[in-house]
Amino acid sequence: MAKKVALMQGNEACAHGAVYAGCNFFGGYPITPSTEVAEVLANELPKVGGKFIQMEDEIGAMAAVIGAALTGAKALTATSGPGVSLKQELIGYACIAETPCVIVNVMRGGPSTGMPTGPGQSDVMQARWGTHGDHAAIALVPASCQEIFSETVRAFNLAEKFRMPVQVLFDEIVGHMRERVEFPEPGELEVIDRAPVTVSPAEYKPYDASKGDVPPLAAFGSGYKFHVTGLNKAADGFPTTKAELVDAEERRQISKVMDRADEIEKNEEYQTQDAEVVIWAYGSTARSARYAVNELRKAGVKAGLFRPLTLWPFPEKRTAALAQQAKAIVVAEMNLGQMIYEVERVAKGACNVAGVFRVDGEPINPGQIMDKVKEVL
Amino acid sequence: MAYDYEKSIRPGKLPHIWCPGCGHGIVMKGLIRAMDACNLDRAKTSIVSGIGCASRLPGYMDACTLHTAHGRAAAFATGVKLANPEMTVIVCGGDGDGTAIGGNHFIHACRRNIDMTYVIMNNYIYGMTGGQFSPCTPTGHKASTTPYGNPDPIFDISKLAIGAGATFVARTTAFHATQIDKLIAEGIKHKGMAVIEVLDDCPTTYGRRNKFRSVVDMMKRLKDIAVPVQAAAKMTAEQLEGKVLTGVLYKEDKPEYCEMYQKVIERAQGAKS
Ligand SMILES: Cc1ncc(C[n+]2csc(CCOP(=O)(O)OP(=O)(O)O)c2C)c(N)n1
Repeated sequence: MAKKVALMQGNEACAHGAVYAGCNFFGGYPITPSTEVAEVLANELPKVGGKFIQMEDEIGAMAAVIGAALTGAKALTATSGPGVSLKQELIGYACIAETPCVIVNVMRGGPSTGMPTGPGQSDVMQARWGTHGDHAAIALVPASCQEIFSETVRAFNLAEKFRMPVQVLFDEIVGHMRERVEFPEPGELEVIDRAPVTVSPAEYKPYDASKGDVPPLAAFGSGYKFHVTGLNKAADGFPTTKAELVDAEERRQISKVMDRADEIEKNEEYQTQDAEVVIWAYGSTARSARYAVNELRKAGVKAGLFRPLTLWPFPEKRTAALAQQAKAIVVAEMNLGQMIYEVERVAKGACNVAGVFRVDGEPINPGQIMDKVKEVL
Repeated sequence: MAYDYEKSIRPGKLPHIWCPGCGHGIVMKGLIRAMDACNLDRAKTSIVSGIGCASRLPGYMDACTLHTAHGRAAAFATGVKLANPEMTVIVCGGDGDGTAIGGNHFIHACRRNIDMTYVIMNNYIYGMTGGQFSPCTPTGHKASTTPYGNPDPIFDISKLAIGAGATFVARTTAFHATQIDKLIAEGIKHKGMAVIEVLDDCPTTYGRRNKFRSVVDMMKRLKDIAVPVQAAAKMTAEQLEGKVLTGVLYKEDKPEYCEMYQKVIERAQGAKS
C-alpha cells in the first residue's frame, strides 16, 4: 500500500507527529501562530481515545499537561512566545518534578504581543533559561513540515527517555508553510515510552538515583502511591533542605542531560567539509542559508551550512570544531542576536563570528546572508 | 476506641508544619474520616494542592499526592482527572491560593463541573507568607499589608463557586469538626465539582492582629457566626446580619465533564468508522 501523503502546514504536521508518537493528552490555550496544532488535535485525539482540553489560560494548560503526564499520559501543549512566558514557572516545575511532556512553541516576534502573525526566532533563549533556577533544557528546531512531524516524535521520545519537558520551536514561516508530508508507517520512526517501574509499590521512590540518572516514573492510579512537589526533595519525593541532598538532586537533573548530550544532539551539515565560511542557521532561516551556500559556491566562495536540529543542549563540539576550521561563522537568526552568543562562547575567538539579524517580520533572505559572507571574508 | 488517623498518614511525615491552634489539622482529620467513610482506594486517589500552609496537607496523606505551584492546584487536578477519570481527585488549599492567584482555575473547574472535591480552607489570610490580606480578609480588618484596615471587599467563596457552576457547594467551620467529614464525604460521592469551604482560623498571622486574644476566641467566633441553612430559612435579615450559612448550600445534578468528553470520543470514533 502506498504511504499516506498530504499537503499540509507545519502546525498540522506537528499535531500528526504528536499522535504518531502516542500523544494522548493535549492541554492548550489558543495563540497565533500556533492555533492549528490545537485545532488538529481537537479533531484527532478523541479518534484514538485521547483527550483534548482547552484550558482557561496557558498556565492552566501547562498545569493540566503536567497533571496528565504524572497520571501516565503522553502530554503536549502548543503555544507561542507570550504563552511560553506565562508557562515559565510550571516549565520549571516539570523540570524539578521530572515530568515528561512536550511544549511546542511556534515562534513569533516580541517582546510582549509583538507581531502575532509575523515570524520570529525570538524565544531561543527563553527555551533555555525561561524559568527560575538551574536546570537543563532540551529544545528542537525543525525547518520543514516533514521535519516538524519527525522532530515532534523525537521530542516525545526525549521527554520520555530523560523524564523532563522538551520544547519544539519552529518559526511562523514553517508553522504556516504548506509542504508535502509523508506519513511514516507505524514502526518506521522509533517511539519510546517511559521506562517501566520494576520495584513494588512499597519500595518505590520517584527520585531514586540508585536506579540510574533517570529514575523510572510510576503513574498515579497505577497502584503506586507517591508524592510529587516543586520543592527541593529527597529520593522519596518529600521536601528536604539538607544541603547535600539538594545539591546532589540539582546536579543529577542537569547531568542526566549534559552527560548524554551526544545522544540528544542532531545537526545537519551541508558543504562544510572544506568550508572557509560557515553559515550557522536554524529553522526557516537555514533554508535561506542553504540557498545562499549554493549561490556562494557558484561564485567560488567556499561556504557551508551548519544547521542544528537540537538547539539545547547547544551543539558545542561541532560548533567549536567549525570555528577552528573556518575563517568566519555567520549566524543568521530572526532576532537581534541570541544564539550568536553561544556560538561566540564556544568559538573562543578562533574565528570571526558575525551575525545577520532581522526583526521586522520579514524572513532573512539569501542575499542578506551572501552580503554578510562577502563582508567577513 | 479513639479514631485511628495514623493509618492514613505517611509514616515519618509528622510533625506537621502548622502552628499551634491552626485549624488546618482539624480539616485534615475531617478529610481522613471522609475518605474512610467513602472507602477510597488510596492508590486511586489523588490529593492535589497549590502552595500555602493549607496546601502542605497532601504531603502527610497516604495517597497519590501532588503539591503543585501557587494557585494551580485545580488545573493540575483537571489534568489528572481527565487523563484517568477513574481517579478520585481531591483538591485542597487556602483561600488565597484558591481565589486570588488561582481564582481563574477555580471558577473554570466549577464551570466545567469536573468530578473533583475541592476543600478550601478559608483562614481569611495568607498564612504562609506571614499574614498579608487575601480576597477573603474581611473589609476593615488588619493584615500585614493593610495596617490601616483592609479597604478591599471580600469574595464569598461558596457563592463564587455556585455562580461559577459547581454542582455541590457546602460550608462549615473548623469549630464544627464533625460536620467537616460528612460534607467532604458527600462531596466525594457527588458526581461533579464539589466545593467544601471550611472557615478556619490562623491565630498566628490573623488572630493576633485582629484582637482575638486566644485560639478559643477565634473558635468561639466561628461557632457564633455559623447558622445552619435550615435554621436560617426561619430567620429575618436582621437576625442574619454578620452570620454565615453552613451546611449544604447548593446541590444539582448536571452532566459531568469527563462523561461529556467520553461522548466526544464516541462521536469522534463513530465519525471515523
Ligand atoms: C507565584 C507565587 N506567588 C507568591 C507565592 C508566595 N506565597 C506562598 S503561600 C502564599 C499565600 C498562601 O495563602 P493561602 O492560600 O490563603 O494559604 P494559607 O497559608 O493561609 O493556608 C503566597 C502568596 C508563591 N509561592 N508563588
